[in-house]
Amino acid sequence: MPQSHVFAEPLPLACGRTLKDYTLVYETYGALNADRSNAVLICHALSGHHHAAGRHRPEDKRPGWWDNYIGPGKPIDTDKFFVVSLNNLGGCHGSTGPASINPATGKPWGPDFPPLRARDWVHSQARLADLLGIDQWAAVVGGSLGGMQAMRWALEYPERLRHCVVIASAMKLTAQNIAFNETARKAITSDPDFCGGRYLEQERLPRRGLAVARMIGHITYLSDDGLGKKFGRELRSGTFSLGTDEEVEFQVQSYLRYQGDSFSGSFDPNTYILMTRALDYFDLAREYGDDPVAAFSHARCRFLLVSFTSDWRFAPERSREIADALMHANVPVSYAEIESAMGHDAFLLPNERYQRVFTAYMNGVAAETGREVN
Amino acid sequence: MRIDLDVIQNWIAPESRVLDLGCGDGELLQQLGRNKRISGYGLEIDPAQIERCLERGVSVVEQNLDAGLGNFADGSFDTVVMTQALQTLRQPHLVVREMLRVGRECIITFPNFGQWKARWHLAFSGRMPVSDLLPYEWYDTPNIHFCTFRDFEILCRENNWTILHRQVVSETRIGAAFKDFLPNLCGETAIYHLTR
Repeated sequence: MPQSHVFAEPLPLACGRTLKDYTLVYETYGALNADRSNAVLICHALSGHHHAAGRHRPEDKRPGWWDNYIGPGKPIDTDKFFVVSLNNLGGCHGSTGPASINPATGKPWGPDFPPLRARDWVHSQARLADLLGIDQWAAVVGGSLGGMQAMRWALEYPERLRHCVVIASAMKLTAQNIAFNETARKAITSDPDFCGGRYLEQERLPRRGLAVARMIGHITYLSDDGLGKKFGRELRSGTFSLGTDEEVEFQVQSYLRYQGDSFSGSFDPNTYILMTRALDYFDLAREYGDDPVAAFSHARCRFLLVSFTSDWRFAPERSREIADALMHANVPVSYAEIESAMGHDAFLLPNERYQRVFTAYMNGVAAETGREVN
Repeated sequence: MRIDLDVIQNWIAPESRVLDLGCGDGELLQQLGRNKRISGYGLEIDPAQIERCLERGVSVVEQNLDAGLGNFADGSFDTVVMTQALQTLRQPHLVVREMLRVGRECIITFPNFGQWKARWHLAFSGRMPVSDLLPYEWYDTPNIHFCTFRDFEILCRENNWTILHRQVVSETRIGAAFKDFLPNLCGETAIYHLTR
């Protein structure tokens, strides 16, 4: 069940502004061991949140977003690990974000919410670790934007994690990636209901723009092959028979519309803008003279990297760049490239080899934790 | 512990940097980590072997040796090791050249196709040798470039690679008795220690 905590100590942000106080919503799974050495932090991606695993109620239609990989007997085994999953700052699932009330004005923050970077999340997560009495994570784990946070952890708090698991991620986005994010943001901001980001004050919601943004994202998170296998040119309704002018709808159209509509009813547009900007701004080595090897030479943990062959937004090349930089910096790293037709989304979906690789690595982490207890 | 892995350990300096090409289940790197406190990585493409490495905490990177070692800088390792993989490569000579670019030294082990059993098999049955050491039929074997000790030493000479050490291993009694006198005839596995 979700818990929340109000952090009263001001948080200085990368943008130069300070959040006076803030709330973080989080869930935990499993039990912390006696020497507090078995804690694993889950960092979520663009649209993720604290509810990563299990069901709050048995009748819930869907479990948490990473339920395929977190739970008893799963790669991140909750019988062995104490797993912490939070909704990041700037999110829209209970943690302080653009939809929260700005104490200075008594109105929703909206576009005035400070822009955030991955390091801001990492610093706020470190305070959550303090709250839970965790000096050092057994592992910090994340996919995509979550992987960026995990890498930032390794540089900002090198002594506070033993393992860093980075899945389908990159040290920085490519121009093509930024272009997709900009198109998605433009879809939101050009919706007449966006109202310059003050839609909550006006009691409006740019749902159409957010739905289009999500549809664009969704297409790019899948692969040509994946979409082809799932939908092909199957029709949902209508016909191409000669002599009929019935309107035709492809299965893929209806699927995308459903994805866009359901997302736009449950996600805050300003949060979407904030999260995609954080993705665009992330550049692991910027402050280390643009030298990834110099950056990673600060890391003290071991790394596992995983990529997926059909992922073209966070392509295997991006993970190989991370592996090469880590090897040059003499930091322990393992890397696996998983065959999958599911594109970027593969990191969330069941895949036999991915499960085995992830399990093998986490078993190694758990074995080490066990030794430390004795 | 395989005999060849035992020999290799003697040629690797404590706390050095080691790259193991085709590292298999990671046993050598794990032993070197424990006994010599080396830091190292294995390169491997077999998913099952990669998982064994991960489970024992050996750093393993999925990388196909036939694609080269272009991602490694000159002299970035003290020793580059390759055990029992030479004969599986498309262009073994180029890989050895790369090993000596990336590492100051390299250690290579491979099965000796000139060993008497292989010669006997080919000479008298007229068929490609199938043995405990080389248990594959010719059409589905991963071993595509066989050589003998003599062949390998000629390759070294042509490329001006210096052989620092050579050790011949044989697990049979007859082989063990004669491997020092007639290595190319009696040795099953050769372990070469090379430098530029």
